[in-house]
Amino acid sequence: MTRQTKDRLISALVWLLCVMPLLLFVWQGFTGGLTANPIEYILRELGLWGLRFLCITLAISPLAKLLKMPVLMRYRRRVGLWAFAYVALHLIMYVAVDQQFGWSFIIEDIVKRPYITIGMAAFVLLVPLAITSANRIRRKMRVRSWRRLHQLIYLIAVMGVVHYLLLVKADIRSPLIYGGIVAVLLGWRLVMRFRVARPRPGSGAPSLDRPARSL
Amino acid sequence: MLIRDAADLTENDVTDEALYLRRREFIAGAAAIGAAGVMAPSAFAADAPATVKFAPNKMKIDEALTPFEVVSTYNNFYEFGTGKGDPAANAGSLKIAPWTVAVDGLCQKPRSFDISDIVRRYPLEERIYRMRCVEAWSMVIPWIGFPLSALLREVEPLGSAKYVAFQTLHDPKQMPGQRRNVIDWPYREGLRLDEAMNPLTLLSVGLYGRLLPRQNGAPIRLVVPWKYGFKGIKSIVKITLTDRQPRTSWQMLAPDEYGFYGNVNPDVDHPRWSQARERRIGELLRRKTLPFNGYGEQVASLYRGMNPKKLY
Repeated sequence: MTRQTKDRLISALVWLLCVMPLLLFVWQGFTGGLTANPIEYILRELGLWGLRFLCITLAISPLAKLLKMPVLMRYRRRVGLWAFAYVALHLIMYVAVDQQFGWSFIIEDIVKRPYITIGMAAFVLLVPLAITSANRIRRKMRVRSWRRLHQLIYLIAVMGVVHYLLLVKADIRSPLIYGGIVAVLLGWRLVMRFRVARPRPGSGAPSLDRPARSL
Repeated sequence: MLIRDAADLTENDVTDEALYLRRREFIAGAAAIGAAGVMAPSAFAADAPATVKFAPNKMKIDEALTPFEVVSTYNNFYEFGTGKGDPAANAGSLKIAPWTVAVDGLCQKPRSFDISDIVRRYPLEERIYRMRCVEAWSMVIPWIGFPLSALLREVEPLGSAKYVAFQTLHDPKQMPGQRRNVIDWPYREGLRLDEAMNPLTLLSVGLYGRLLPRQNGAPIRLVVPWKYGFKGIKSIVKITLTDRQPRTSWQMLAPDEYGFYGNVNPDVDHPRWSQARERRIGELLRRKTLPFNGYGEQVASLYRGMNPKKLY
């Protein structure tokens, strides 16, 4: 297999994984898996997939380092854009199907219900990230300001988890799991930053990408 | 006071005489279909009647029934898991026979009822009720049951009894959802005595002409159509008459979100969503939620003096 074919294959696989949730809805539509309340089910699932894809996006650079597979970095933008797509579909589902453009109800929700306020704010923050992911725009920006802007993803992921946590009635297990995943992904970055800021060769804490020397 | 009010109701307020006279007719084995319906061969064990006669519905509402397949697969019954499909998937482990319901507390004649005795003893009738979940979705369900008042009268509540407390079975072996402390088990609910004696308040043992599926709260559950669904406690093992307002499960869990009364009220939002509209399962557009779920004529008088803009 040539390198080019292999790249194409990986790319196709990533693309397939990204659209898989949508294919799943179609499958469930035919097999009755959308439950008796498909609007609510799809609304929730779209939100969950948005959160999952945010987590996957955040996991790509740690994984690329841990697995020594820098090729993964090539797909980070694409996965991130799919996270945006699922969050946007989630919002469209809420506005158009769940609330049927009942703007007074939607505004009331945004003003009165913190989980919707937070969810809506998280979406608003995601928009500039999606826009500036385009190469043409990215090239026009300074590297540092682009990076700083895209660090918003950390805040957005936390807001996504809080949005989910506040919505759940009693069983908070699932949002806590996502909270744990986001905490690990952010914690890993903090640790890395700490290590980069104070490099102490030979005496650093054991790390995964640079194994501690045995004594 | 409360008891006297309730005692003013005659049996005929809830049950026509023909049905009353038929109340002990139970046909074992072969189906017999007359003016009344017949419950299908049952999920109860051998000692329970295979078929149960019930009176046809007298309280018609002009709304389409939610299909049985939906009523029996989309449930909130945390004893079997917190997902809507969990109860249908997991409730098979519930043993519904033998089953006894203990009625005790402030009454002259506390006693236990066997479930097979209950379905023979009381006149069963069909009641088509709207069911409004606190989560802003709703169904229309043809229940089969009998007024709770019939059972309560039999134990003769004392004058000091003001409330009725209910408890669900607590057995993590049969109810796998109870292995996690999502709720402080057992599930508890309660009514004011006059609410309990209201003719609309039903103890249900069936729906759609058959005995209750386990996921719907077999073998016996409460149905209070003007209150949010969480008040309709399932798989009841204990009913206690008391002089104090009982603590109820959802109120204990989140008192700012769920009141003791739990009356359907479009003007009082749940803190996290509006209660003004609801999605009838199977419909695309939301419909307006009715005060007392459309049963205001029968029950609004119970709540005179209570602020209709406040969460109770």
